[in-house]
Amino acid sequence: MKPITIDSPTPRNGKTGALSRLWRTPSLLAGSIMLAVLVLLAVLIPLISPYDPTKQDLSAFLQPPSAEHWLGTDQLGRDLFTRLIYAARTDLTIMVLAEIIPFCVGVFLGMIAGYYGKWLDTVISLITDTFIAFPFYLIVIIVAFASGAGQRGIYITFILVGWIVFARVTRGLTASFRRQEWVASARTLGLPGVRIMLRHILPNVLPQAIVVLMTDMVGLLVAIVTLGYLGIGITPPTPDWGTMIFDGQPFITTAWWLSAVPGFAVVYTGIALSLVGDGLADLWRKK
Amino acid sequence: MMSIQPLLEVEGLSLAAKPGGKILVDTISFTLNKGETLGLVGESGSGKSLTLRAVLGLLPRGVEKVGGAIQSGASSAMVFQDPRGALDPLCPVVKQLTEVVYYRQKLSRKASRAAALELLDRLGLPDSLKHTDRYPSQLSGGQCQRVVIAMALACKPGILLCDEPTTALDVTVQRQIIETISALQKELGFAMVFVTHNLAIAAAMCSKLCVMKEGRIVEQGEARALLQNPQDPYTQMLMNSVLPVPELEGSV
Repeated sequence: MKPITIDSPTPRNGKTGALSRLWRTPSLLAGSIMLAVLVLLAVLIPLISPYDPTKQDLSAFLQPPSAEHWLGTDQLGRDLFTRLIYAARTDLTIMVLAEIIPFCVGVFLGMIAGYYGKWLDTVISLITDTFIAFPFYLIVIIVAFASGAGQRGIYITFILVGWIVFARVTRGLTASFRRQEWVASARTLGLPGVRIMLRHILPNVLPQAIVVLMTDMVGLLVAIVTLGYLGIGITPPTPDWGTMIFDGQPFITTAWWLSAVPGFAVVYTGIALSLVGDGLADLWRKK
Repeated sequence: MMSIQPLLEVEGLSLAAKPGGKILVDTISFTLNKGETLGLVGESGSGKSLTLRAVLGLLPRGVEKVGGAIQSGASSAMVFQDPRGALDPLCPVVKQLTEVVYYRQKLSRKASRAAALELLDRLGLPDSLKHTDRYPSQLSGGQCQRVVIAMALACKPGILLCDEPTTALDVTVQRQIIETISALQKELGFAMVFVTHNLAIAAAMCSKLCVMKEGRIVEQGEARALLQNPQDPYTQMLMNSVLPVPELEGSV
């Protein structure tokens, strides 16, 4: 039940600064800082590191961590730290770019399905349910194989598969808003359907969709790394965490950090994104 | 004898649930003339709100019209029971009102905003609303209801449909809202269909009453006459269920 208050002349003061709200949501704050550190490193790496991520130096291979090479060198004498951060550039860029189109398409289709219902909803739900019935990685590997290794293949794969999750979430939310009085009210007051969807339902659906986006990005990152590891993702010599883990495998007993460090980087990014997602969910729930 | 055409004429309206076809509203008829207020009273589930929604053309999913006709000579707009629920929680109230003015009165954006602010004034909402963006959650229930009424009036309706507009409100606010609606009706001259289960409000607001029970109108007529001399046993029961105000000890 909503509290009912006496008709007071002055409403309580709401909206406080975005910064103070960020401060009161520790998980969002922690996640944002973790992500910011990573992004900053990725942007500034040409200034930080004197090494080239792809230039080999066979006279200095498999060196342990030192003052010159903070995380040592790999089997081809490339600086591991430099490669790690350049790989973050590759993987994070793909992650964000490969999420944009599916996010927009998914939210759009989900909203239409939820709002208009009827046959449109049936068709869209049928497609999403069919995709859901297949194991995610099965589809990813098949499409990635079919479209060829490299970045293009990853983009095609995720544009084909990625929108499903957003469509499902948005459809459910929109359908529930559709039953609420304010949508009915807006319709009887004569607002056009498109207007109701874009200006009223979209802002209500977006917070949830963005929280889902954050968790979905974690899954996408792991998928990108997995494809790289399996050799059907990013092709060498472009630095990528997946191929780095694979390349370090033969040396796991002597130079374990070659595989462990990129693995840790995946976990770090995953935690950061999850924290941001959780934090945003908390923030919007409180409001 | 020719009489003036009624503003709203409902004849033999029947509504049913879609699967199964359970009858929810059973062949009801009433008419509403210009400037009149018709009250629909009865307990929860008697079909009052459904009737109102049928007049508005807004039947919930799963309910359909199975018989009868609704003839309306004027546009209608609705005031909802839960004012907070009738507003988009993430859109500033002034913006929502402006939007309705923009689409219904076909003014420019700037003129729409001016007209919206004027409506807010007329409904006695504080100036603080105009200067900063206020969201529905920042307004009291009564203020929200005023905004909802303003939005309905922005449609310049010939008939205002009120679906228990005071039930979700505090008692002290109920009276203010009722008085506001009455004053606006005098000023603007719209007709009203007023759904309520509160007989006191019905007696104060309505010129005609329809008593509903289980989807049927059991009794209808002039409000005063009907309440003073109820014929149907259900109406009598409804009236007896109103708790009398106990006489205060020591007071004269």
